[in-house]
Amino acid sequence: MDKPFAITLDVNSSLANKTGTWRVERPRYLDRLPPCNNACPAGENIQGWLYHAEEGAYEEAWRVLVEDNPLPAVMGRVCYHPCETACNRVQVDEAVGINAVERFLGDEAIARGWELTLTAPPSGKRVLVVGAGPAGLSAAYHLRRRGHAVTIYEAGQLPGGMMRFGIPRYRLPRDVLQAEIDRILALGVTLEVGRTVTDVAATMAGDGFDAAFLAVGAEIGKRAYLPAGDSARVFDAVSLLRGMEGAEPPMLGRRVAVYGGGDTAMDAARTARRLGATDAVVVYRRTRDRMPAHDIEVEEALEEGVQMKWLSTIKEVGDSRLVLEKMKLDEHGFPQPTGELEELDADALVLALGQESDLRLVHGVPDIVVDDGVVQVGPTMMTGHPGVFAGGDMVPGDRTVTVAVGHGKQAARNVDAWLRGAHHVPAARHELVSFDMLNTWYYADAPKTVRPQLDLARRTSTFDEVVSGLDETTALFEARRCLSCGNCFECDNCFGVCPDNAVVKLGPGKRYAFDFDYCKGCGICVAECPCGAIVMEPEPT
Amino acid sequence: MPMQPVKFYQTGSFVVGNRLLGEDERSVQADARRTNSLNSGHRACQGCGEALGARYALDAAMRATNGKMIAVNATGCLEVFSTPYPETSWRVPWLHSLFGNAPAVATGVAAALKARGRSDVRVVAQAGDGGTVDIGFGCLSGMFERNDDVLFLCYDNEGYMNTGVQRSSATPPAARTATTEAVGPEPGNAFGQGKNMPLLAVAHEIPYVATATVAELRDLEYKVERAMAVRGARYIHVLVPCPLGWGSASNDTIRLARLAKETGLFPVFEAEHGEITSVSKIRRRQPVEEYLRPQSRYGHLFGSSPRPDIVDRLQAMADRNIRRFGLVDDDTDGSADPGGR
Repeated sequence: MDKPFAITLDVNSSLANKTGTWRVERPRYLDRLPPCNNACPAGENIQGWLYHAEEGAYEEAWRVLVEDNPLPAVMGRVCYHPCETACNRVQVDEAVGINAVERFLGDEAIARGWELTLTAPPSGKRVLVVGAGPAGLSAAYHLRRRGHAVTIYEAGQLPGGMMRFGIPRYRLPRDVLQAEIDRILALGVTLEVGRTVTDVAATMAGDGFDAAFLAVGAEIGKRAYLPAGDSARVFDAVSLLRGMEGAEPPMLGRRVAVYGGGDTAMDAARTARRLGATDAVVVYRRTRDRMPAHDIEVEEALEEGVQMKWLSTIKEVGDSRLVLEKMKLDEHGFPQPTGELEELDADALVLALGQESDLRLVHGVPDIVVDDGVVQVGPTMMTGHPGVFAGGDMVPGDRTVTVAVGHGKQAARNVDAWLRGAHHVPAARHELVSFDMLNTWYYADAPKTVRPQLDLARRTSTFDEVVSGLDETTALFEARRCLSCGNCFECDNCFGVCPDNAVVKLGPGKRYAFDFDYCKGCGICVAECPCGAIVMEPEPT
Repeated sequence: MPMQPVKFYQTGSFVVGNRLLGEDERSVQADARRTNSLNSGHRACQGCGEALGARYALDAAMRATNGKMIAVNATGCLEVFSTPYPETSWRVPWLHSLFGNAPAVATGVAAALKARGRSDVRVVAQAGDGGTVDIGFGCLSGMFERNDDVLFLCYDNEGYMNTGVQRSSATPPAARTATTEAVGPEPGNAFGQGKNMPLLAVAHEIPYVATATVAELRDLEYKVERAMAVRGARYIHVLVPCPLGWGSASNDTIRLARLAKETGLFPVFEAEHGEITSVSKIRRRQPVEEYLRPQSRYGHLFGSSPRPDIVDRLQAMADRNIRRFGLVDDDTDGSADPGGR
């Protein structure tokens, strides 16, 4: 034996000692559903596109984004971003400015001329889309990308629907809107304007369509009966906003009252201010916290000098004065009249009491159910009539651009499946990540980059865009504030913190694996994973 | 601030890796080709802080010396769990010593290298708190005063853990060990005893002294690299939680190290030639109770007959550290981003 003094065994590595046998629990990598993705009405993979934006790979980020939503520059301006409300970062400092980054990507795409691509072979099927608003455009885009021939019949002279005729220019410049619509049309979607559909079944049969998606919106302003003098000037908000797109802006006068508490009421009041009204007063029968308008709209309206009359209804409309009645909320939160009257000087009254759809096109079509002024659809967005789908403001749901885009996508998937005689099965959803699954120690503290706002004086007198965008560095910074909740972003923490070197690094984009020969199941990797992408489970027996 | 500014990315420089940094800017531990100085198959307990600390420190030293390094190891947990005959977990040139003489052995290795003209090969010595603060203290003090060219690493788990959790002079007040039981009016380890080894090292006025924890990898790696760039006696004191001796959950090892620093109980600083040159500020200040509660060695302070008076005394120690070392910035409340933007 050729060994040193007192040595009888060869030197061995401790690798012979498989400490994995000590384990009673084992870690497992998993993907969880981030709250932003969960909250997005358009079903965007927000975390997915932020991941690319973090690297400065903006085109890649944009391509992931438009997989779900073909209107990012519009969305980045008009979406009420429920994603940011849901964002886990709220509990660290402030929500990630997802909407601002989305807008940056949308604007980059327009500036750099990135184009949408078509890969699916032609299906030989023809689909009719009625209405070129957000739902219709979204459906047309998603159907076209699945190889179908798509024709949009739009009753008006220009596409865009409420994005053009409802949302004021100071929130959505028309060149941005047009650029994103043009990009969809460039995919080979046919748009026919000035085509009013009066009977969808007849149109489909007559023009040879295999399926239809209806998205005519809700463009008729609701009226309320108000005793009014002969010369009283009463407008409805939808017509007012639509009139802004004409050659001559409507004449409202110096003192304008707006009746209602939704986003349209805010838009109308802010538009009135821009048209020269010194007093723009919103009259609403409940309190601010019960207003259907989104907070940001109310905030911006107040900043621009719009006044609010809470707990008031209009009793009578005179020539230059309104009679208001004070209300109070009962124990159920409903406003009840008090009999107490007051007067408000107003040259014009704008009614913003909600909108209705013109549903003539489905009258007489068998099995289509209209209830409460909207068309009833199933989870596939199909009406009771086979092959006829509907979405947007004409079906039940929140009336926002984002919801409409989501309807369009959802309908397109199901139209596609229906045309192939199949059934669209949505992918299984991962478990939602909650804040307590994160280890936020690892995230650097950084406040949200606030989009610079035009100064107030300027914005109340012009229709320039109110909120301007992020530049490259601020957008990058904002994207990097993402916590990547529930999905590994390859921070190497598990690889670094394992006392037993039992985590194997698989290389960029490939994440990690556990070496169960040596993993003792201590759980440090789970505790120190910033984003909650590892769980401990009992050792299988 | 002892951390290099890195481009802001979700996690600043808190996590181990960062996909947006160049390879050379990432931590040693993020590198799939790191030395793994302490290999898999070692017999440390689940969630051992010392095993983690030793790999962090030696891997960083290996990178700093380009692999030209000899490690001397005192007896203690670290040796027992890494080298049961005939196996070894060490993937670095490694030399066993007695419990108390690791500094002297390291001095000898450094002298031998010098005699052979191998100034390119560097020497580190490592020991637990028992081997450093108690048994090896005389040798270590000598190594310091002679300014021998050795980096001495102490992995402080605050007791003699592998022999059954006995008190050392690094065991904190009120902690229960096998030799300081939780009985009587002053349960656990006595107040007013023990040594503050990092400050004793500073008092020797050696070229470099630092403290660190296993919770802040970037900081620890920076300090090891810094130490290897200096000749003469250097000392780094690393706090390494011990699930066995502290009675904590195995997955809490890093969290407890972080809380030790964030409460102020374990000040993290650097000193050169007897003067403190930088401190790591507290980022999210916590009351000591957050740190004490998860550890059963402090269980007698809570539970059915709690001792808030003793918790207050421990809090006073933390507050004193915060004052003494300036651990909280008044203007930033300690929440600044150490990673820079």
